[in-house]
Amino acid sequence: MRKERFTLGDVIIYTLLALLSLTIVFAFLHLLSISLSSNAVATKGGLLFVPREVTFDNYSRVFKNRYIWIGYKNTLFRTIVGTSVQLMFTALGAYVLSKKYFPHRTFWTLLIVFTMFFSGGLIPTFLLVKNLGLTNTYASMILPGLISAYNLTIMRNFFQSLPEEIEESCMIDGAGRMRIFWQFILPLSTPILATVALWLAVGHWNAWFDVLIYISDSDKRTLQVVLRNIIITGTKELDLGTASSSVNDEPQISSAGLKAASIYVATIPILCVYPFLQKYFVKGIMVGSLKG
Amino acid sequence: MTSALKAKRQLSPALREFKGYIKYWDLCLMLLPVIAYFIIFKYIPMGGIVIAFKDFKLGLGVSGSEWVGLANFVDAFRTRFFIRAIRNTLIISVLKLCVGFPAPIILALLLNEVRHSGYKRVIQTISYLPHFLSWIIMAGILSQLLSPNNGAVNGLLKSLGRKDPVPFLLDNTYFRGTVVISDVWKGVGWGSILYLAAISSIDPTLYEAAICDGATRPQRVRYITIPCILPTITIMLILSLGGILDAGFDQLLNLYSSAVYETGDIIDTYVYRVGLVDWNYKLSTAIGLFKNVIGFMLVAGTNAVAKAISGIGIW
Repeated sequence: MRKERFTLGDVIIYTLLALLSLTIVFAFLHLLSISLSSNAVATKGGLLFVPREVTFDNYSRVFKNRYIWIGYKNTLFRTIVGTSVQLMFTALGAYVLSKKYFPHRTFWTLLIVFTMFFSGGLIPTFLLVKNLGLTNTYASMILPGLISAYNLTIMRNFFQSLPEEIEESCMIDGAGRMRIFWQFILPLSTPILATVALWLAVGHWNAWFDVLIYISDSDKRTLQVVLRNIIITGTKELDLGTASSSVNDEPQISSAGLKAASIYVATIPILCVYPFLQKYFVKGIMVGSLKG
Repeated sequence: MTSALKAKRQLSPALREFKGYIKYWDLCLMLLPVIAYFIIFKYIPMGGIVIAFKDFKLGLGVSGSEWVGLANFVDAFRTRFFIRAIRNTLIISVLKLCVGFPAPIILALLLNEVRHSGYKRVIQTISYLPHFLSWIIMAGILSQLLSPNNGAVNGLLKSLGRKDPVPFLLDNTYFRGTVVISDVWKGVGWGSILYLAAISSIDPTLYEAAICDGATRPQRVRYITIPCILPTITIMLILSLGGILDAGFDQLLNLYSSAVYETGDIIDTYVYRVGLVDWNYKLSTAIGLFKNVIGFMLVAGTNAVAKAISGIGIW
C-alpha cells in the first residue's frame, strides 16, 4: 500500500482537511489577537491573527472580576460533586437492573427507559424544582438530572457482560451483594465508569440552562452563566464584579477585547486538558454505539 | 392441616411475586433511590402536564385551577408566533440534516484516505475540539468572528472586494445559514468518529482483492467503503429523523436575538420565552406537550424502523 504515489487526489484531500482545521485554528487565533491587542486595534479588527500593540489590560480586568472566580469555584464544585454523585447512583441502578433474577426487571427497566423518550417538559419540571424549595441551591444543578437513562442503560449492558462466576464465588465466601458491588464489580468496571464520568464532567462544565432558570443568587452562578452575561447579554457584569472600577468608566466595559479575554479565561482549562483526554472520549463513543 | 397447606399453596402465586423482593432485599435497597429519583423528577412532572388543560393560576395551584379542555392549545395555534416557531424548527432541522448529516461521512471518507498518521491525528484533534465547547463559548467566538464591525470573516469578505459587511447573526436573510454552518462546524469532527470506526471494521481482504483486480482508489471508495458503511449511514439517518423537532435549543438560545426571531425562533426557544420570560405557564406547557407528543411518536416510530432493519435501536 505504501508504494502508492502522492497523487493530485491526495493533494486535494489533504488541502480540504487542512482548510477545515485552519478555520478552527484561525478562529482561536483571531480571538486571541482581539483579546491581546490594544483597544484601538481590536475595535478595527478585521483579518487580525497576530496581536498588535500587545496589552494584558483585558486579562487583568477579567482576573479582577470577582464573578469570574466565583463562577470558577461553582463550576468546579458542581463538576466534582455532581459527577461523583451522579456516577454513584447511575451505577447502583445499573447494577441492580443487570441482574436477570431481579423481580420485575423488565418493568423497572422500562419505567426508566421511558423517561428517555417522554418528559413532562420545561414548566412542570421548573415548578417541581421550585415547589421542592431547590431554587437557588446547588442541589438544583445536580438533582433534576441525577440519573440519565441512557448512561444507566450503557452501564447496565457493561455489568451484564461481566462473568456471573465472580459473583457466585464471592457469595460462597459469604460476601453480601453490596460488598460485591463495591469491592468487586466497581473495580472491574473502571473503563465504563471512567467513560461515563468524563461525559458527566463535560456536561457539568458546560451546563448553563439549569443555572439560568433556577439560580438568581449571583454568588451561586457558574462560569458559563457569568460568561453568558458578559458576552451575550453584554451587561455590566464586569462593572459589578470589579471593586475598583468607577461608575463612569467608559463603555468599553464589554468591549470586544474584554469578551474575547473572558472566553479565553473560561476555555483555557478545556484547551489544556482536552488533548490528553481525547482518546478516552473517542473510546467512549464506541461504547455508546455498541447497541445501547 | 391439609387445608392449611392448600391455603398456603393458593396464596403462593401472589406471594411469589413479592418473595423475590424479600429474597433480594439488598438489591431493592440499592434500587430504591434510583426509582425514587425517576418517580419524583421524571414522573411527577409528567403529571404536571395537566397544567396544559387548565386555566392555571399560581395562587390556586394545579388542583385548584379550573379545567379548560383544549383551550390552551387553541390559543397556541391562534398565535402567529407558534406557527412561526413550528416553521422555523422544521426548516432549520431539515437544513441541518441536509448539510450536517453528510458532512461527517465525507470527513470520515477523506480522513480515511490520509496515509500520514501524524497528519491525520492533528486534523482529528483540532476538528473534535469544538464539540467540547458549550454553545455559550461558541456564541462568544462566533459573534466576534462574524461581527460586522471587526470580525475576521467580514474582514476577509472585505479584502475579497465586498463593500458592505454581512450581519450574519443579526439579519433574517443570513441567520439560518449561519446557524446551520456553525452547527456543522462544531459537530462535524466529532460526528466523523462513528463512521471512521465503521470504516476501520471493514475486512481488509476486500481491498486487497480489489487492488489485485486493478481497482483505483476512487473505485475502492465507491465500491467497497461506501457500501460497507451504508448500514451505519442508514441507521444514523433514521435515528436523526426522529429528532427533527429538536432544532438545537442550546445553540439558538445563545445565538439568536429579537432581530432574528422571524427566522430563528424555534419551538423550544418559544416554549422557554412564553414560560419563563412571559411567565405564561399554561400556554408554555401546552406547546411543550404538543412538541413532546409528536417528538415521542417520531422517535418511537423511527426507532422501530431502525430496529426492524438492523436490530440496532436506542434501547
